[in-house]
Formats: sequence, C-alpha cells, structure tokens
Amino acid sequence: MTAATPAAPRATEAAGQISWPLVGFCLAGLGWWALTTWPPLAAFARLPGPVEVFTEWVSPDPIYGISLFVPDYWLHIGYSLTRAWIAFGLACLLGIPLGIVMGWHGATRDYAGALIAVLRPVPPLAWVPLAILLLPGNEWAVIFVTFLVAFFATVVNTVMGVDSIDRDYFRAARCLGASRWAVLRDVVLPGALPAIFTGLQIAMGAAWFSLAAGEMIAAQYGLGYLIWDSYNLIQYPTIVIGMGTLGLLGYLSSALIRQVGRHLMAWRAQSMGAAV
Amino acid sequence: MNAPATDTAVTGRGAVFIDGVSKTYGSGPGAVEALSACTLAIEPGQFVAIVGPSGCGKSTLINILAGFDQPTDGSIRIDGRVVARPGDPPRPGPDRLVVFQHGALFPWMTVLDNVAYGPSRQGRLSRAEARREASALLQRLGLSPLADRYPAQISSGGQRRVEIARALMNDPAVLILDEPFRAMDSLTKQRMHATVLEMHALIPKTVLFVTHDLDEALLLSDRVVVMTTRPGRIKLDVAVDLPRPRGVEVAAGEAFLALKRRTHEAVYEEARRAFEAGERELA
Repeated sequence: MTAATPAAPRATEAAGQISWPLVGFCLAGLGWWALTTWPPLAAFARLPGPVEVFTEWVSPDPIYGISLFVPDYWLHIGYSLTRAWIAFGLACLLGIPLGIVMGWHGATRDYAGALIAVLRPVPPLAWVPLAILLLPGNEWAVIFVTFLVAFFATVVNTVMGVDSIDRDYFRAARCLGASRWAVLRDVVLPGALPAIFTGLQIAMGAAWFSLAAGEMIAAQYGLGYLIWDSYNLIQYPTIVIGMGTLGLLGYLSSALIRQVGRHLMAWRAQSMGAAV
Repeated sequence: MNAPATDTAVTGRGAVFIDGVSKTYGSGPGAVEALSACTLAIEPGQFVAIVGPSGCGKSTLINILAGFDQPTDGSIRIDGRVVARPGDPPRPGPDRLVVFQHGALFPWMTVLDNVAYGPSRQGRLSRAEARREASALLQRLGLSPLADRYPAQISSGGQRRVEIARALMNDPAVLILDEPFRAMDSLTKQRMHATVLEMHALIPKTVLFVTHDLDEALLLSDRVVVMTTRPGRIKLDVAVDLPRPRGVEVAAGEAFLALKRRTHEAVYEEARRAFEAGERELA
C-alpha cells in the first residue's frame, strides 16, 4: 500500500517527461558529427563520423571486416567478457574474505594493509612484463593485471564497509547471545554489504579499464586488441566500434552487479522507497 | 521500601547488586577515574532511573553492567551470580539486555527476525519456534502490524518499541534502557513513556533507565538515583512514592514538585560542576 501510492504519480510524470539521458546522447552525437565534418577543426578530419561508424557497425558486409554480423566481432567480445569475469570473480573470491578479515582483525590489517598501500598505486600496465614472465602464457598475464585492480578495489571497499558498521550492532548481537561466527554472518557481512557492492562496481569498472590496456599489449583476441590492431591497420571506424562495445559491456556488467546488490539488500531499497 | 509498578507478577528474579564498582581508564598521571565506589542494590522488578550530567559515568556503569567493559574494582551480581569483576573478561549476555541510545535493531532483518534473533542464536529455540514466539510477543505488545517491515520503514518510536520487544523476548533479568528517547520530540516521548509503562506492567522486569531528563525519570520510575560528575558516585537516591498512572495531575501536584526540587538541586549542582570542568562523556 505504501509502496504503490508514491509509484503511481511518478509513473505518469515520467510519461510526459523528457528523457535527459537520451538528450545527452543526441547532443554528444551531434557534437561528434560537427567536429568531424566542420572544416576549421582539421585535427578531427581523420576521425570517422557517427554515420560512418554506425553504418559500418550494422552492415552485413563491413568495409573493414568488423560488424554485428561478423563472427570475429563476437569472438573478440567473448574473449574480453570471459577475461573480465574470470578476473572479477577471482577478485570477489579473494578480495571480499581478505577485506573482511582485515576489517575485523587488527593484526591482519597491519600486515596486509601496508603491503596493499604500497602495491595499489603501481599502475596495472607496469605489472604486464612481470606477469608475462611469471604466468604460463599471455592469457593469464592479461587476466592477472585485470584481476589486480579489481582485487584492490574490492579489498579496500570491503575493509571500509566493515569499519562503517556501528559498534552497537556488534554489542547488540553479543548481548543476544551470538557467537563470533554468528556475529560474522549476521552483522559483519550484511553490515558491510552496501560498501562491498560499491567496491564491486568500482572493481568492475577498473577491470574493464585495465583489461583493454592489457589486451593491447599482450593478447591475440579481445576488444583491446581489436582497437590497437585496427589502429595499426588504419581501420578507424573499427576503433570506434571497439570503444563503443567496451563502453556498453562495461555499463551492462556494472548494471548487473547493481541489480544483484539491490536484490540482496532489499532492506535498503525498501527503506529508500519509503523515504521518498 | 517502594513498591514496584506491578507487584502481582514479580518473580523474585532480577535483583541487581552493584557492589563498590570503580573504573579507572588508563594508568599513571594520565589516568581518568570515571567511577568511584558505586554501590546500588536494586530489587527485582524495580524501575530505577539513573540521572546525571554528561560525563558522570552513567555510560561507564551501564557498560560494565552490560558486559561491554570491566570494572577496576568492585563487582556486580545479578540474583547472587557475579556478572562483572576485575580480571574477568567482559561478557555480555541475554540476562542483561540493552536498548541503545541510537537504536541497534539490525537494519537488514525484518522486525520479526530481529525479535526472534536472540532465542534462536542462543540455541534455546529453533528458528521456526523463535519466530512463532516472537510473533506472539509482538501480538501481545500491539506491534504485529510491524512484523514484516524493515526497521528503516518504521518510525523511531516504533523502532524503540520493537527493540524493547527484542530484549524482552530473551526474558532478561534486567533491562537496560540507555537514554532511548533522547533524540525524540516531546510528543513522541510522551507516547513512549506511556508505552514503556504499559510494557513494564505487562512484563515486569528490573529496569535500569539512564536519562538526563528529570521529569522523565520522575514520571517513570520507582526510584531516582542521581550521580555526581566525574568520578561518578551515587549522590542521591530517592524513592518516588507517587501514585500511578502519573498523569498531568500528578505531575502538577505538590509531592511531584517537592521531589523534583530536591533532585533538581542535586543534578543542577553536578551539571554546573561538570560544565565548569569541561568534562566529556567517556566511552
């Protein structure tokens, strides 16, 4: 009852409202078009225009060999997606437990915290040579550098999440007879969850960021590789197709994480709904 | 002796004996003495208000009783059993439950799951049984409509009532209310006072009610204890022998005002001393 009443007027409002995201996209497209077609801006003359890129993207017979209808395009996407999600999965699997232990156990935080503080600022690309030397094959090297940034983001945000839990929740749980394990499960995990999911979204963004960079240096497939390869082969529209695809995949991945978070934290979504 | 609010249902359980409890934080020249030899005997079912200025050691005393902190001297016994003494690690338990100043219902659990939490975690009841009993308790306290909501979806008054219900669910020997109405507007506060008294009449427990609001203390309790500024000591211990329910007439009556004058003088003197010393509340 309470949820339905505020939703109804908002829905009718939305119907008559201008979609600002759409306006933003249109303006950006217009600006892009103007920059590539307007003579005074010579620097942009070599840039493919929006129409050129779009027709290439949806063409069943693309001039430069990459479009929605070409299996290779999907192969690149498949490689990039697989690497990104393997790296992200490993980051969750290792980063969340480590972050929780660090947030909960002072000594572990002192040991691992200093190490992470020093390693985190090292740019992911600086890891590529070492990763290639250490790991069996380039494939794992690319996954490793992708994992690394996602891992740091996950750990740091999980620690912050545990820190942010009000001390009274721990006290209340202990009063009510919770064991240490029960406190971990019933207070620490759910209490840190909002910050963990913020961290996971940042991690996913960072993962795509360093994945593309890694693929440019050390891969035979993937969108990063596609972009760099197209640059070398002077296939400029394909560069933009690769960039647009990366943007879309990054956005969809983050949206998926957000959805999962919303599902797991119904208590939060509902409280926000009630407050509106 | 002052009679508890409801002497019919007192079980004889919940006698709290605070025996010469002292607490000093730190050592050497930087040591801060927060509590100094506090002694207080509370009868089962009694509703006792502890009043004092900020920094008088109310929180320290409560923390030691609840098992969040340990005393440097003295001990606390509940029904003869020692629950706090120097050297023992502080151990909170379901026999001494705290309702926190800012509220500590778990936001990620529904009201029903919050109330059912204690007994199922202690292994006293299965999860299903605990939920059934929690449901019955909510019904008894008139809180059933809130059962399936999350804490953030209900008012602050509702949250406090649920938190008290969550504590009562564990059949504690003593219920510790740590300034639970501090942040409420005066109308909500009045409603809460009535509700707390109804709950206390329905399920009589020894209550330790910490507040710095004298009117609140006098309206609710059987006994008002005034503490001194740091180091905290018991300054004044008066029985509130006023008829219940204490409505507007009682609050305007000569007996109430005389009590208020007496306690106010003591509290005011301590508040002034604390203010001049610039004391800050400890832990």
